[in-house]
Amino acid sequence: MTEQARGNLAADATDGAALEVAGLSYSFGNRFALEEISFAIQPGEFVVLLGPNGAGKTTLFSLITHLYESRNGTIRIKGADVRRRPTRALAQIGVVFQQPTLDLDLTVRHNLLYHAALHGMGRQEAQHRIETELTRLGMYERRGEKVRRLNGGHRRRVEIARALLHRPRVLLLDEPTVGLDVPTRRGIVEHVHRLCREDGIAVLWATHLIDEVFDDDRVIMLHKGLIRAQGSVNDVNRAAGVNSVGEAFDVLTGDEADSGP
Amino acid sequence: MTATHYYRCFLGIVSREALRFVHQRERFVAALVRPLVWLLVFAAGFRAALGLSIIPPYETYVTFEVYIIPGLIGMIQLFNGMQSSLSMVYDREMGSMRTLLVSPLPRWYLLMCKLLAGAFVSILQVYAFLLIAYFFGIEMPPLGYLTLFPALVVSGLMLGGLGMLLSSVIKQLENFAGIMNFVIFPMFFLSSALYPLWKMKESSLLLYQICLANPFTHAVETIRFALYGQVNFLSLLITVGVLALFVGLAIYGYNPARGMMSRKTVTTG
Repeated sequence: MTEQARGNLAADATDGAALEVAGLSYSFGNRFALEEISFAIQPGEFVVLLGPNGAGKTTLFSLITHLYESRNGTIRIKGADVRRRPTRALAQIGVVFQQPTLDLDLTVRHNLLYHAALHGMGRQEAQHRIETELTRLGMYERRGEKVRRLNGGHRRRVEIARALLHRPRVLLLDEPTVGLDVPTRRGIVEHVHRLCREDGIAVLWATHLIDEVFDDDRVIMLHKGLIRAQGSVNDVNRAAGVNSVGEAFDVLTGDEADSGP
Repeated sequence: MTATHYYRCFLGIVSREALRFVHQRERFVAALVRPLVWLLVFAAGFRAALGLSIIPPYETYVTFEVYIIPGLIGMIQLFNGMQSSLSMVYDREMGSMRTLLVSPLPRWYLLMCKLLAGAFVSILQVYAFLLIAYFFGIEMPPLGYLTLFPALVVSGLMLGGLGMLLSSVIKQLENFAGIMNFVIFPMFFLSSALYPLWKMKESSLLLYQICLANPFTHAVETIRFALYGQVNFLSLLITVGVLALFVGLAIYGYNPARGMMSRKTVTTG
């Protein structure tokens, strides 16, 4: 753990959870997308939001990032209410969306500079942060290349570097490994785990792929807008009465076989 | 959230727009060729057919080429506004609108920055067009090039605001061809861009009234008077009013409580 991470953890300990969601509901018209969602993520904790397609994962992310707003329930980032103090809350979130969001015709560096400007970073600080984050992901050499020339795995890495540029306390990733091959996926999952440990960042990782769950992760099982189980891998397995996350996934989301991955 | 943050964010958005513009050379060329074709082909042909009387702000007889310059400037900005509307719908489908909207500044400010950036690009196009026109012998009063600027900001924002409003309403890229038919063409032809309104009035009172109600007419007239160092207060007032209306509605359209990014996410969530 780095010096900075220790500092972060010490500071975090005083004001509690990095991300706190309480009694959150949301509906599209009269169809419930999320119902009474409550959970909290502590600094340095890696939480996997596991659920089949259509479970409500992206809706939850849109609410946390204030793309949507719900009157039912609260979301707090480091104590800041997303609805009442959106700018304060958003300043502490880093997001990797499910769809790629890089400008294909601009270089890696220009993409990151744009993001830095949106977060109010000065030129010098931005250059420094870009170098640090790209180096960590092994992408610094490619900073001058247009994003269009990078492969899917490298684009994802740039997006992760971008999400970390402004030193967020909460990192949200919405199915970040979709469309990537197995070794690349593996690499990204491991890298984000390392980040979480080293920097003490709270990570919420949404996926429908059970092999992305590590043994010491915390799991939230989401299905049809409801949390079916949450806790350590063991807790979730116990709740489902099985021995592996894979089986737990099948049991807890199994009432609709055709919605699985 | 300091003033520096706001300022840096503004610069960031403008330079991204400018960079994208530089990288899309075809777009720049198309933006110039379109009005030039009108100017050099269409106007030359109509020159003989249309007689223009002396109307303000003109103090003498002007050729048709000179008459349609403000209209063509408006056309450049109209197309640019629609183009940025298109790119906003595209950005939203591609997700890069999200990166903008999740940044830690008020949403209305982010949208205003985007609007200003678009207007800035359109003004670059206008001056490039005027430069080429100048070499073809179509000159404006020297000071006019300067007094034109504030008018371009107002008209550019108004037409960009229209684009932004449309982008908040239109959910899919495929619907964009419809905009061409139902927004750009009627707005351009039912205005004072190609012929003075009194001529329109002679042929049809109804068309004349439609032209008068068209905000594009007033954008063009604001530009026309500015080119001669004058202010058409009525047109300016209407342009500014419509600008406020469009931008207000667009900001409302992007309100998070309305879940503007729905539809797509319902199925992928």
